[in-house]
Amino acid sequence: MTANNRLFGILVPVISVIVGLLAGAIIMLASGHNPIEGYAALWRGAFGDSYTLGETIRRTTPLILTGLAVAFAFKTGLFNIGAEGQVIVGWLASIWVGVAVEAPMIIHLPLAVLAGAVAGGLWGFIPGLLKAKLGVHEVIITIMMNYIALHVTNEIIRSILTDQATTTEPIAATASLASTWLQSITFYSRVHYGVLIALAAAFVMWFIIERTTYGYELKAVGFNRHASNYAGMNVSRNIILSMVLGGAFAGLAGTMEGLGTYGTISVMSGFTNLGFDGIAVALLGSNNAFGVVLAAILFGALKEGAGEMPTAAGVPTELVDIIIALIIFFVASSYIIRWALLRFKKGGNIDV
Amino acid sequence: MFDILQSIIPTVLFYSAPLILTALGGVFSERSGVVNIGLEGLMVMGAFVGIVFNLTFADVFGVWTPWVSLIAATVIGALFSLIHAVASITFYANQVVSGVAINMLALGIGVYLTKVWYDKGQTDMVNQPFYTTDIPVLSNIPLIGTLFFEGVYVTSYLAIILAFVAWYVLYQTPFGLRLRAVGEHPMAADTNGIKVERMRYIAVLLSGALGGLGGSVFALTIASNFSHSTIVGQGFMSLAAVIFGKWHPLGAMGAALFFGLAQSLSVVSAGVPVLENIPQIILLIAPYLLTILALAGFIGRADAPRANGVPYIKGSR
Repeated sequence: MTANNRLFGILVPVISVIVGLLAGAIIMLASGHNPIEGYAALWRGAFGDSYTLGETIRRTTPLILTGLAVAFAFKTGLFNIGAEGQVIVGWLASIWVGVAVEAPMIIHLPLAVLAGAVAGGLWGFIPGLLKAKLGVHEVIITIMMNYIALHVTNEIIRSILTDQATTTEPIAATASLASTWLQSITFYSRVHYGVLIALAAAFVMWFIIERTTYGYELKAVGFNRHASNYAGMNVSRNIILSMVLGGAFAGLAGTMEGLGTYGTISVMSGFTNLGFDGIAVALLGSNNAFGVVLAAILFGALKEGAGEMPTAAGVPTELVDIIIALIIFFVASSYIIRWALLRFKKGGNIDV
Repeated sequence: MFDILQSIIPTVLFYSAPLILTALGGVFSERSGVVNIGLEGLMVMGAFVGIVFNLTFADVFGVWTPWVSLIAATVIGALFSLIHAVASITFYANQVVSGVAINMLALGIGVYLTKVWYDKGQTDMVNQPFYTTDIPVLSNIPLIGTLFFEGVYVTSYLAIILAFVAWYVLYQTPFGLRLRAVGEHPMAADTNGIKVERMRYIAVLLSGALGGLGGSVFALTIASNFSHSTIVGQGFMSLAAVIFGKWHPLGAMGAALFFGLAQSLSVVSAGVPVLENIPQIILLIAPYLLTILALAGFIGRADAPRANGVPYIKGSR
C-alpha cells in the first residue's frame, strides 16, 4: 500500500492541475473566448522571453516561502491560515530597517532580512502560544491576526514611517536585494537575489523536517499529539516552534516583496493574497519542500502569465484565480480522485 | 446625548444587518458540524448576484427590484454553497481548505464575469438600491421611534427578525434538535436514525442562502456596485460574530450588532466627544482583538460544537 500511496501522492496533484486547466478552458469557451488563444497567451506571458521569465521567477519567489510557511505548520497538524498577516508584518519590518538603519551592506541587508523573518515569526508565535497553552483553534486566531496586521501596518505607514503619506520612501541601496546583473540578463525584469533565499529556505525546511530531531518531533506531534506527549516530547513547545518557524518563512516572503521587488511599502486596501496562495501551493506540493517549489513555480507562472491574457486573448486575468481555486478543491477532495482511480483497478481498497 | 444616539443607532443597524444575516448562516453550518470559512466567498457571490440582477432587471421589476434581487442572491448563494457541501460532506475534504477555496472561487468568478459582461473591473451603480424609510406606526412612538425607526433600512429589521426565527428553528423545533445533534455527536445521531449527511447538506445550503442574502444586503444598502473590493472581510467578521456569539443565533446577532457599532464608531467618531480622542486604529481592530480575547477565554468560555470540522464517515469510529 505504501507504493500505492506514493503513486497517489503524485497522481492526485497532477490530475487536479489537469482538471483545473480543463475547467478553465470550458469557462473560456462558455464566456465566448478561444481557450487555445487564451492558454497560448498565458504561456507567452509566463515564459515568452527572458523578461517574462524573470518576472515569473520574481513572482514565484514569495510563493515558495508562503507555501513553505503553510506546509511547515501542516506537518505539525496545524493550519496556518495567517501567512497573509505574517507576510505583511515581515514586509513592514524589513522596509522599516531598510529605511531607518544606516550601515554597510554586509550588515544592513542581513539585518533587514532578519527583521522580516523575526516579525513574521512573532506573528506566528501568538496563535502558536494560544493554541499550545489554551487550546484555541489556530485557524480563527490567524484570520483575526491577518486583519490586525493589515490595519496596524497601514497605520504605521501613515503615522510613523511617513507623515500621512501612502507610500514610504525607498529603502537604502545597502538593504536592497535587487540585482543589476540578474536584471540585465532578463531585459530589466524585477527578478532579484531573493530567489536564492527562497530556495535556501526550502532546503532548510527539508533539512529540519527530514534530518533533525526537532523535525521528527514536529511530525510526530502532527501524527498523534497524545502519543507524542506520552513519548516524552514537549508538545506545546513543538506547536509554538512550528508556528514561529512557519511565520518566519512567511515573513521572509514579505521581505522578498519589500527588499526585492518594490523597495517600499504602501498602504494596502486589501490583502496581498500571497498568504492565501501559499495555502494552495502547500496543498498542491503535498507539504513537501520540493513539491512546494514545483507548485510555486506553477502558480507563479499562472499568475504572471495571466497578465498577458486580457490584451492577447480578451480573457480576464481572474480566470487564473478560478483555476487555482478549482485545483485546491480537487486536491482537497482527493477522495474522489482516489475513488475514480481505484475503479479502474479491480479489488483495490480506498484509503482515506 | 440624544443627538449622538440618533446619529449612531441607525448607522449601527445599517452596518450590522449584513453581518447578522451571514453570521446566522455560519451558526447553522457550524452547528451541524461543518466549518464554514467560506462565508466571505458566499457574501461575495451574494453581492455579485444582487448587483447584477438589480442592474439587469431594474426595468422589469421597478421598485420591487431590490427585493427580487435579494431573493435571487439567496437562491444563487445556496446553490454556490453546494460546492462546499459536496466537497466537505460527500468527499470528506478538509473543511477549512474547502472554505478557503470557496472564497477564492467566488471572488474569481465574480470579477471574471463582471469583466466579461461589463468590460471593466466594476459594475455601474445600481438605480434601484434600498433607501432609508420611516417604519410606519412604530416611528411615531416618542423617543424610541425617532431613535430606532426613523430613516432606517427595512433590511436591518429583516436581519433581526430572522435571528429570532433562527433561534426558534434551532432550539424549539425537532429539526433544530436533529441539526445540533449531528454537530455534537454524529454517530449517536446516526444510530437514532437521523440522516447525518442530509442534515449537514441542509445546514450548509442554509448558510449559503443566508450568506448570499447578507452579501446582497451589503451590496444594495452600503456599496451599490460590485468590484473586487466590495466585500473585504465582512464574511470573516461574520465568522468572528459566530464564535463571539458562542454559536448561538441571538449571541451571533449581539456580536454582529457590536461589530456594527465598532464599524460605525470609526465612521461617526469625529462628532462624538469621548470617541474623538480614541485613535481610529483601535476602533478598526477592536472586533478582531475582541474575538481573540473571547476565544482565549478572557470573555467567558465558548465551546464549539464537538464534531465541528470532522467529516462523518459512516462505519468509522
